[in-house]
Amino acid sequence: MGTIAIPETKTMLTIPGDPVRQLLWRFAGRFDLQMLVQSARGVARGTVARLVAAGERNTHEWTAAKNAMLDAFDSAGITAAFMEPEEGGFIAGPKNLALGLAAFELAWVDGGAATASLAGFLALSPIHERGMPEQVDRYMKLAAPPQPGENRKPWRGAFALTEPIPYVGVDTGMLGGKVRVAEWKDGQEPWLQIDKRGRFISGIAFANFVTAAVSSGDERIKGSCVVILEETDKGAFDRGTSTKKLVHQLSSTGDPVFNLRIPAGRIVGGYTVKEGVIIPNFNHTEVIDAVFRRTRVPVGLMTAAKLLSSVEPVIRYQRQRFRGAEGARPGSVRYEQGIQQREDALHRLVDVWAAGEAAASLGFAAARLFDELDPLEKQKTALMKDRGISGGRAVMKALKESEQRAVELLALKQSDPRRAQLEADPLVQFVLKDAEANVLCPATKLWNTGHGANMMREAVSLMGGYGITEDCPGFLANKWMDAQLEATYEGPEAVQRRQLTVTMIGDVFLALFAAWTKQMREIASSHPGTGACTLASAMNLWAWTLNHLQRSTDAAGNKLYHGQRQGVTFALADALSWLMASRCQILDVLELETRGAQDASVSEGLAGTVQFLSDLCHTQAAQAAGEVSRICAELVFGYNRHPSWDDEERRNCFLASELEDLEQTVPGIMAMAVDVLAADGSHPAKAGPCASCAGASDFLRMQSKLTRCLTGSRLAKDRAAETVSKVVIPEALDYPAAGPA
Amino acid sequence: MATTFHIAVCAGIVPDPLQTLEPTTTPGGPAIKNEMLLPAVLDPWAASALYEAADLASRVPGSKLWLVSLGPKARLQQVMMTVAQKVAFELVPIDSPQGGFADAAATAEAIASTIEAIPNLDRAKLLLFGGWESASRGAGVTLQFVGERLRIADQFFGVDQIIVHDDGSFEVLERVEGGKHQVSVCAGAPAVLGWATGNLAEPRNNPQIGMANMRTVMPALQRAKAAALDANGLRYVAVSLPRQQRETRVVQDMTPDQIAAELVAWIGKDR
Repeated sequence: MGTIAIPETKTMLTIPGDPVRQLLWRFAGRFDLQMLVQSARGVARGTVARLVAAGERNTHEWTAAKNAMLDAFDSAGITAAFMEPEEGGFIAGPKNLALGLAAFELAWVDGGAATASLAGFLALSPIHERGMPEQVDRYMKLAAPPQPGENRKPWRGAFALTEPIPYVGVDTGMLGGKVRVAEWKDGQEPWLQIDKRGRFISGIAFANFVTAAVSSGDERIKGSCVVILEETDKGAFDRGTSTKKLVHQLSSTGDPVFNLRIPAGRIVGGYTVKEGVIIPNFNHTEVIDAVFRRTRVPVGLMTAAKLLSSVEPVIRYQRQRFRGAEGARPGSVRYEQGIQQREDALHRLVDVWAAGEAAASLGFAAARLFDELDPLEKQKTALMKDRGISGGRAVMKALKESEQRAVELLALKQSDPRRAQLEADPLVQFVLKDAEANVLCPATKLWNTGHGANMMREAVSLMGGYGITEDCPGFLANKWMDAQLEATYEGPEAVQRRQLTVTMIGDVFLALFAAWTKQMREIASSHPGTGACTLASAMNLWAWTLNHLQRSTDAAGNKLYHGQRQGVTFALADALSWLMASRCQILDVLELETRGAQDASVSEGLAGTVQFLSDLCHTQAAQAAGEVSRICAELVFGYNRHPSWDDEERRNCFLASELEDLEQTVPGIMAMAVDVLAADGSHPAKAGPCASCAGASDFLRMQSKLTRCLTGSRLAKDRAAETVSKVVIPEALDYPAAGPA
Repeated sequence: MATTFHIAVCAGIVPDPLQTLEPTTTPGGPAIKNEMLLPAVLDPWAASALYEAADLASRVPGSKLWLVSLGPKARLQQVMMTVAQKVAFELVPIDSPQGGFADAAATAEAIASTIEAIPNLDRAKLLLFGGWESASRGAGVTLQFVGERLRIADQFFGVDQIIVHDDGSFEVLERVEGGKHQVSVCAGAPAVLGWATGNLAEPRNNPQIGMANMRTVMPALQRAKAAALDANGLRYVAVSLPRQQRETRVVQDMTPDQIAAELVAWIGKDR
């Protein structure tokens, strides 16, 4: 189905401001979050921008100026955003969206600053998610910024995971670092000896405590765990040397060495003793799973912020490019429009903008989802405890029935009376949200940072040689390089792809996916200019391909969809991430259109803004469709052996003389046949007879349909480009560029 | 110090000065192009008055602070997300169309009648603060009108400092010509103080203060009364932005003394 261009020709007049963003990202009713945004923005475009402009990124060392940034975080409420009100915070309830927004604002100027703010949360997260109440109470209160009248320095933390050194970001299942029993007197709490070397540890230069993952080096301790180390513990708390990283220099990173003695009560989540063996209540994997699935989302949002932050400086550069030249007199097209006279410059910026919008929509959707999931997860844990079910596998088994109910719910019609019952079931709600979160989180981390890094390169290129200089407005070159680190830390791309490999084939997720595909068709019906139809066709193609690959083998008879077959699974994970981003982008624009009409602060000019953002959706959906089509086609056909001109294959070819005879009875067959052997046995100059399409006709039909669904997408891009050439931007960027050294 | 003050700060909202501001003509008179779409900020002059007021209130225990702000309430709400984090106050919003081209007398009437209606505001303790100038079209008389309407005779403009004495009197520094200040001593409230920049830095955002303010800000915005500002026959003949002037010469062989002399001559040219 082709999409129809919206006849409306309203034009967006200004770059979308806060009221539009609040509706798009669903925090228009959250004043606490709106204030956090303003507060973080003040620090980012003030303190942080001045640090970058003054060249503080030019040293790996942690300096007094960088340290002052932490004080700015404290006084602006950024540090407290992670805390509960009773711990010194100001945001009640789940804080995933809050942390995402804060990271977004800081990364708008500098990714390292955003990382510096997140590092403390990362250290506290293991305690917050899995810690015993007394551990939570102690460390959250110590880390809370001082209240008025208090005279104390807040504690800062670092999180040390680290696989076997010297590498980092490889496999979180393989730890470097050991825990042994140092002393264990009868009836007393055991003392533990920790030996751990960290690599690439954020926030280590100023950490007062470290949450460190260690595995047992003692038969009296089972498995692995996360422990809390304090700088005053007996032994060596050596912060090590600064990592010589080329990016994110506003965050402290180092390679510490710990040789410390701590009480066993520092095991995060506590422990039990069974037959003389200390059994941690949570192994390190259970702790970090709970942590990373939340903290990875803000990282994806950091790259989204960079993309969107590049729009204004690029527009300004493009328009002013020729001013000052003799041939560009005020009033002339060259003077007024500069490079924006050229379609290519506009189209490429539209691509960057569209990718930024999609990345932000995906990331904020994931953050909101975790806000919904957090209370459900607590409810699930309580219900399981009531039923006496504990342990990862037992819980998974117990949730199987809920998963079936969730799939059943998704298949029910709106009018079915069973819906209400199933919807009211907290376990059904939990498995639904969990299945979605298990895809959206890695998709955010993977797509936003990976594709985002590519698009940041494009943004830099749009500034010409200026883009790669230190004094480029918006620090675009820094942002480009920083994006590469964002793609790596807290789980590099391979880790995200591997997680998607598992989670995207779950029954609940696939049922959700089918429902979303249907939803996109419905949206396309009412909003044909959004690209929703294109996306639905791409989603269909992806689902068909997954199903096909799960049942298919390659030319050698080996299974195609298999954990070890990353050429298949990872590629499908990449394709899915494109789809998820585009879907979230479309849903956000619909939300803006629906709610914006009732919001006095955005209603003026709403039609133009919706039109432009819809055109970006359409552009992005077309790109996603192209990626999905390419990836799926490669996977469906790429594992078949190409026919060759060997004897067996030759038998399937026509001989020229045969065709001449057949032409008498089947007129036109000579024109149709492509693989024809000459009388002397020679064959056409190509790799072999053309590959058969047997078993793939459905795929080709769907792919052909998808191709036709691109109809109108370039018209949308043209419209968006036209808007980019006219939209009013501020007179100047609201944060400084690099000044004199 | 037994004295307490009831401080009402009058502050409008204006488009963020970094934005591209282009005057345009509408059926309702002059306006800034796309003004409702541009981010708004608290008028910077009035913002100085607010920070000075909060500082004064903290130095004179028992004092109260109201922020009286006139503008479209949806825009006011957005601006409050930043302003409410700066200092503690009680918002008194007046819902009105945005724009710097409203009639000063009508604006003053709306503000004055709103201040009169503030519950528990003791007019004898009233210090009426506001900006001496405005980042929008500065009529330069609105605050005076409000003061007159409230029958406050003691009015000071271009204020940079207020020092309160134990007896409730206060010393005021007003800017006068030639980069000098005029020192006045006022016997006490009520008084009008139109602030220049004051001496205080802009307070950092503090969401804790913001959350405390929000308990009253949001209900106040919901209750905000609409004020229709009568044009009173006001008509604008022409509207334009102040013209930027740039006279650049590239000179490589002048001594510092010669440069200084030329600057002095240039400055003196307009006298």
